[in-house]
Amino acid sequence: MLTKSQARAFFVIGTGLFTIIFLGLTVDTLKQIPHLTKQQNMSAEVIKGKHLFDQYNCMGCHTILGEGAYYAPELTKVYQRRGAVFIDMMLQDPEALFPGERRMPKYPFTKEERQSMVAFFEWIGNVDTNGFPKDPPLGKQFIINPTKFDTEAEANVLEPAHTIKKPEIFDTLCLACHAVAGKGGAIGPALDGTSKTRDPKWLREWLTDPQKIKPGTTMPKLPMSDNDLNALVEYLSVL
Amino acid sequence: MKFKSQSIAWYFFVLSLVLFSLQIVYGFVMAFAHVGYDWLHPWVPFNAVRTTHINLLVVWLLSSFMGATYFLVPDECDREIHSPKLAWIQLASFALVGVVAVAGFHVGWWEGRKFLEIPRPLDYLVVINILMFLYNVGMTIWNSERTSTTVMVLYMGLFSSALLYLPGMITFDHQTVDSYFRWWVVHLWVEGVWELIMGSLLCYLLIKLTGVDREVIEKWLYIIVGLTFLSGILGTGHHYYWIGVPSYWLWVGGFFSALEPLAFLGMTIYAVSMYRKSTRIHENKIALFWTMGCAILSFVGAGFLGFAHTWPQVNIYTHGTLVTAMHGHMAFWGAYAMVNLAIMAYCLPLLTDRKLKPTMATYLGFWLSNAGMIAMTIAIGIAGITQVYLERIVGLDFLLVQKEIEVHFIGLILAASVFAVGVTLFIYDYFRYGFPREAGHA
Repeated sequence: MLTKSQARAFFVIGTGLFTIIFLGLTVDTLKQIPHLTKQQNMSAEVIKGKHLFDQYNCMGCHTILGEGAYYAPELTKVYQRRGAVFIDMMLQDPEALFPGERRMPKYPFTKEERQSMVAFFEWIGNVDTNGFPKDPPLGKQFIINPTKFDTEAEANVLEPAHTIKKPEIFDTLCLACHAVAGKGGAIGPALDGTSKTRDPKWLREWLTDPQKIKPGTTMPKLPMSDNDLNALVEYLSVL
Repeated sequence: MKFKSQSIAWYFFVLSLVLFSLQIVYGFVMAFAHVGYDWLHPWVPFNAVRTTHINLLVVWLLSSFMGATYFLVPDECDREIHSPKLAWIQLASFALVGVVAVAGFHVGWWEGRKFLEIPRPLDYLVVINILMFLYNVGMTIWNSERTSTTVMVLYMGLFSSALLYLPGMITFDHQTVDSYFRWWVVHLWVEGVWELIMGSLLCYLLIKLTGVDREVIEKWLYIIVGLTFLSGILGTGHHYYWIGVPSYWLWVGGFFSALEPLAFLGMTIYAVSMYRKSTRIHENKIALFWTMGCAILSFVGAGFLGFAHTWPQVNIYTHGTLVTAMHGHMAFWGAYAMVNLAIMAYCLPLLTDRKLKPTMATYLGFWLSNAGMIAMTIAIGIAGITQVYLERIVGLDFLLVQKEIEVHFIGLILAASVFAVGVTLFIYDYFRYGFPREAGHA
């Protein structure tokens, strides 16, 4: 069996050796980080966004790169998932966007600060994270493609819609609260079969000013261009 | 106790127990928020509660490590602490920095980097404080006639912890680089140099409680801390999988972190076999309970539950979910909270008028707190696994999933109540015998 001095030698040599390997890998990693993280896109605005992220301790509730707390959504791909408009609205007044839900404080962000945060999220969403977060294997994002629906339910709902181009804001804004074919948020009612109960005229008025149609509703007035509005009404009218 | 200056340990432990109690309170606030009762939100939002919860943990463990050191080093080196006055100043200033930091979190004075939230100006004060501590302990060892492996490993652990605090004090503009070096502090502390501290404290307790030959116990200490670094240093890679670094970290981190349980398993086998070799059963049985409990639950929490989601193929789904929180609770409890409570339980009869033979309340404290923590881990674990399945596999919306798992947080609150009763009994037992008595008795 080992003597005490052999045991000590095992400890000293093992520790020394693995420390050297670790430092070597660190040097190589630091060399590779710029291209893996597309550091050339890290503008002053992005850096400002990162420091705002720290200043308000966003990690105290959210995760980013999977690190942080588990009280609020993962933010690495939030730019890809929700887009600039949604992030900007969320940072202005979180409770207006998610009334009665788990609360996020309303911080005194200026417009520039909100833009910096959006820039930071856009940058980090393009970092090569070795595949994290992985697309849910059982929840393939539905693609408007007449031959490929995940389920029969989806086929029923989306069959008529496939001829209409889905506006991008449908995924980034509408699905934050509403679901279609079981995918999306559960804050507002599901949108399956909207065309059967609402006509385009009503949809247009509703989206332009929800409070006017239904005072006290929790549906926020979403900022969108005329083109977006037209596309959205058209899409909802066949859903 | 043999030396007068050892009594300072009692006061460090008091600070620890106060902060530990607060940590539990903040834990309850978070559990209630998860169920939807976030009454404090307008004044103290979740991020402030969470930051306070985890920083209280770090500060109370450190305070307790320091107390243990001030008790153990005079005993092992057979002399008074170099400067008891400096130890007092260090205790007072450490408490002050801790209180200011915690208060600051409530008004948004923080760095917003998980586990390293303490703002930079206070970091410098922490460094000064730790230097005072290391100087005081170092001089005690340096000037003593004899020393031991246990003391040297302990001092090495404390010294490297101080050194590894420094990478956390650099400001980075790059999220990936920031994260890379943040783990030098967090990971290399808890899965590296803190294990030196834990190992040496366990070693000291086993020498005292089992009566097995010091040479045998200390030899195995080297093997265990050797295994710790063999796996733990490159095991840092399990924090690097998804942060924007080269993909070789997937297999480097995966392979070496899969070896990490070995060190903890070693610790368990070590304690159990020393216990079985024991020539006499020490009368302070509750200290033995905590020691053996630590050796076993640290393997379950830090070793086994860490291993359960350390493979990249699993971790890509569980990373950043409540599964991490599940592992975190049992790991910190088993490895670091329990070793400190073991030291406290061992020191108490030597410092105060408590009899060596434990009372019913102390046994109850042990069993309730451990049963509570195991149940808490199960509750968070079920919540975590459900979250992973619904959110990461099926692809349901985050908030929707959170509502589905709310019920498990009610379970968590119940389990935490049992835990809190157990800890309360421990604290009651700690204080019921009053202040430490003069040196020289018993």
